[in-house]
Amino acid sequence: MATVLKARTIVPGRCRGQVIKTSQSISFWGGVDPGTGTICDPRHELFGQTISGKILAFPFGKGSSTGSLIMLELVRIGKEPKAIINIKTEPILATGPIVSKHFYHREIPIVAMDKDQFEQLRTGQNIKIDTLEGCLVIID
Amino acid sequence: MKLTSDEQDTLQGNHGEAARLAMAVIVDIGELFGAEELIPVSQAHIDTTIYMVDAGVEFVEKLCELGARFSIPTQLNPSAVDLQRPEKLRADGEILEKSRRLERAYLKMGAIPTWTCAPYQQGLVPMFGEQIAWGESNAIAFANSILGARTNRYADLMDICVAIIGKAPGFGLHLTRNRKAQLLVKLADIGSDRFRDKTLFPLLGFVFGELAGDRIGALEGMPKDVEVDDLKAFSAAAASSGAVGLFHIIGVTPEAQTREMAFQGEAPEKTLEITSQMIQNAEDRLRTTNGREADLISLGCPHYSAVQFSRLRDCFAGRKVHDSVSFWVNTSRSVYSWIENSGVLQELEQAGVTVFVDGCPLQYPKKNWNFTVAMSDSAKFANYCFSQTGLEVAFGSMADCVETAVYGKIIRRGLSWQQS
Repeated sequence: MATVLKARTIVPGRCRGQVIKTSQSISFWGGVDPGTGTICDPRHELFGQTISGKILAFPFGKGSSTGSLIMLELVRIGKEPKAIINIKTEPILATGPIVSKHFYHREIPIVAMDKDQFEQLRTGQNIKIDTLEGCLVIID
Repeated sequence: MKLTSDEQDTLQGNHGEAARLAMAVIVDIGELFGAEELIPVSQAHIDTTIYMVDAGVEFVEKLCELGARFSIPTQLNPSAVDLQRPEKLRADGEILEKSRRLERAYLKMGAIPTWTCAPYQQGLVPMFGEQIAWGESNAIAFANSILGARTNRYADLMDICVAIIGKAPGFGLHLTRNRKAQLLVKLADIGSDRFRDKTLFPLLGFVFGELAGDRIGALEGMPKDVEVDDLKAFSAAAASSGAVGLFHIIGVTPEAQTREMAFQGEAPEKTLEITSQMIQNAEDRLRTTNGREADLISLGCPHYSAVQFSRLRDCFAGRKVHDSVSFWVNTSRSVYSWIENSGVLQELEQAGVTVFVDGCPLQYPKKNWNFTVAMSDSAKFANYCFSQTGLEVAFGSMADCVETAVYGKIIRRGLSWQQS
């Protein structure tokens, strides 16, 4: 049976895809390879895994203001994540998807959810995000 | 968010496509983070200046081709290369070409070619309380904390949009209520006499940033008679180890002349302590050399000031850099011309020092040089050095760096906080 999680819309959009989840924070600058969309920080638990085409779930962003530029490069070369799920989204993280929407007409929805909801997400789950009527995150 | 009729017009595209796109991004960010209105900002400092990926070049060129012009005074963070002496730096051809494209577009849009990460020591220095839009973590922390100007931590791309429109969403650190300290950070066994050792400032900043994360901390226990270059080292280190946009130093920084001011009359949410041991651990974590000797001294992270160059000349005292070592300092074109006019530059060059402008020491063209170990007086540089340049790194004071360069062996003299 499908499970519906409660979430808040940060950047609107809809998509369906597979979750890749980490409980660690992610810095796009220095943490994600802008040429491939793989996690390139050897200290990160997702090191070597790709986020491109996935629904990336991580609790918070961290660090550099250059993260927005790395996200835009992933969009430019078609290696961006399908969507992002956070507990807390900071402006630097939201800037990449917002610029993508206006400059590349590419939608990368971001939703935020409370910790107990976030913890129901698992890597490999197929989920649906739809922020157009309310904010729905459904685990198939 | 309430928009004025003029702002609505811009959003509708009545002031051109470039302004429409920039305004759309600004309005979305404002709506998202609860801004009630857009506020005028008096100047911008753009961080999207180091060529890293093609998306940045395309973004800037697209806006430029659409006719975008900066509506407020706008200065620039460093380029990836020394734009005036790329051959001397052995800059990579492709990176130089992309950097030139960024340079052309930014100058056409009206930017001032400052190319520096220390805009607070030359050029457009904001006043207390001034609303500004700055990128670059060390510059943001310095402007908010040391000068008392007001900026959020502007993301790359957003900084450009705000410089075009001249307005920013009014949320976060632009508002008085969001500038109060949350954490009280005390010094445990670090007395004010320990601050005579200049390396305490960057190391303390590094530990402070780790403790604060994205919260606003107020440090208690720093003596009042500190120099601006020491505050700069503290600030740069704190903003590299934590998401620090604003900090307070009680009795030193303008919004924290007293503890009550720093906390806006409220009680701290939490009190933490920094110990000598934590400072020592920080230095141990920043050093990756394992007994190897430094072949590059890299200073100027953030860009060196004219005062720092004079001190550097004094440290050499007529001696010369050893054959086994290269000695590089990065600064801005303005500071370069000052030290050229004063003769300090020529003295340093005779000692074997190379001064680069416009660029960033963390962007050094590694393919074209064979260095293995760098030494610096910057905890920010040491923090990012290995991941950004592949070089191993040692940390020391300016004087330690000079002694190391003169003798060709890493010299790190007595740490005052170890004596207790």
